Amino acid sequence: MRSGIAWSFAVVAALSIGACGGGNSGTSSESANPEVVAPPAAKVDEGSAGNINGKVVLEGAAPKNEAIRMNADPVCVREAKGAQAQETFVVGDGGALQNVFVYVKEGLGDRQFDVPTNTVELDQEGCRYHPHVFGIRVGQPLEIVNNDPTLHNIHAMPKVNQEFNTGQPIEGMKSTHTFTAKEVMVPFKCDVHGWMNAYAGVMDHPYFAVTGNNGSFELKTLPAGSYVVEAWHEKLGTQTQNVTIGAKETKDITFTFKAS
Amino acid sequence: MLHRFAVLVAAATFVLILAGGMVTSTGSGLAVPDWPTTYGYSMFGFPFSKMVGGIFYEHGHRLIASTVGCLMIVLAFWLWRQDPRRWVRRLGGLALLAVVTQGMLGGLTVLFFLPDAISIGHAALAQIFFCLTVTLALVTSQGWTRGSDEAQGTSDKQSRLRRLAATTTALIYAQILVGAVVRHTGAGLAIPDFPLVFGGLLPPEWTAAIAIHFVHRVGALVVGAAILATIVHVRRTSASPELRRPAALLSVLVVVQIGLGGWTVLSERLAIVNTLHVGTGALLLATSLVLTLRAFKPLIGHPVVRRAVPEAATMLPSHSSRVRA
Repeated sequence: MRSGIAWSFAVVAALSIGACGGGNSGTSSESANPEVVAPPAAKVDEGSAGNINGKVVLEGAAPKNEAIRMNADPVCVREAKGAQAQETFVVGDGGALQNVFVYVKEGLGDRQFDVPTNTVELDQEGCRYHPHVFGIRVGQPLEIVNNDPTLHNIHAMPKVNQEFNTGQPIEGMKSTHTFTAKEVMVPFKCDVHGWMNAYAGVMDHPYFAVTGNNGSFELKTLPAGSYVVEAWHEKLGTQTQNVTIGAKETKDITFTFKAS
Repeated sequence: MLHRFAVLVAAATFVLILAGGMVTSTGSGLAVPDWPTTYGYSMFGFPFSKMVGGIFYEHGHRLIASTVGCLMIVLAFWLWRQDPRRWVRRLGGLALLAVVTQGMLGGLTVLFFLPDAISIGHAALAQIFFCLTVTLALVTSQGWTRGSDEAQGTSDKQSRLRRLAATTTALIYAQILVGAVVRHTGAGLAIPDFPLVFGGLLPPEWTAAIAIHFVHRVGALVVGAAILATIVHVRRTSASPELRRPAALLSVLVVVQIGLGGWTVLSERLAIVNTLHVGTGALLLATSLVLTLRAFKPLIGHPVVRRAVPEAATMLPSHSSRVRA
């Protein structure tokens, strides 16, 4: 009987700890992995370097973006102001396609590049991520900021890097993460507000860009050579092109995605 | 009173399963990144006003789970104090152990970003715990303690019913496990049409997702056949309401369940439909379990219970005066 009582108390205690246990307030920032090896970097001779400029266009009528209903959180309804839709297809004049991540996929060999120390910011405002698509270097700090007066969780779902899920219950909270390996792309989502999504291209070199509202991109100061350049879109997939540039040469290329 | 409380625990557990279904169906499993705290708050200290979006489902699930855990503690203690049957008291302890383990699995799956194995284990143990609470509700009922309408329990027909009912219950549980794999591996729309499969009877190509989805559909046919066989057998061989009623309920539930399965696919996993599919699966399992237990009742030490339990038995004051059944 005594052992039965003791067992019962043990279970009650375990449940109580589970129900009321401690934990941090979620206000501290964290780093996914601070150990980023920085091998000696070879400087690119900017005097002889070339550029790849280009544009990404969508051929055909752009699919309609899915409407977002923020009713699940009244704060989001108030902060987002007006009708909201996903940013899957942001198309400008002449089919200019925004939010395409363009990068040098192959051709840089074993060149090493300095890791920038400035932070890349991913902002949560109006219950949306800003920017929707962005690039970041391996080892470069990613600062995630909650500028909404509501709770967000930042859930990164990489395949290669370490997955993380960080809560930011208070407006103004910041968290910092770094990625340890190149990866195209790392999706982000907020599980509280299921419509919030963003994508990060994690690069081990500086030759990447995200198309703006005119669909254009620039890959600057590339050493002369032959490269495989890839354009990634969250729905339309990827396209690649082989590009060879000589010293001080600028090549223009166009990626054309078909709306189907 | 004890029986009513056991029914309450079983009903609360069913609600908990529905709440868990909504968590998965709405993709809210990681809306609260920490555990056992919720955004740093203690379980019951989290402000209701902050239960928005996915947090509503995930934290709501945690609150209901905590409530069920507390109810189960009371039930286990109550059984331990007042039920004269040792096996029933042990069953209460086992159910308590199951719900504690279930809570731990729920926490682990959050902390490890919903790994399939833990999430599926969480879903599987949920059904086991539900079965335990249904069993406790059944064996504490007057209907159980007053004895069977067909108490001999030795005829070939009754033996066949026991085999059929037990097999059907096992098949339903296996089908629920496959369903859990479908849900947690994201294979729910791997076959996008219903009732056909890519417009035919077999998939034109096989992937892991298509295979597990297809197994779930074939499983539905197997379970449907097993339930049909059980129903036919009961109707042909038994006039007992305690067998005929669950058999009739099974016939309704299996039709509803297959319909909900199809609707889940055609609605592209509409959260409420998907969750009702999970809930109806649990009801099917529980109903088949009740039928099975009633079929086995004459073999489960029932005659001793029949003498000892009636109402007064629940007021036995001490351990020493209990009847060991």
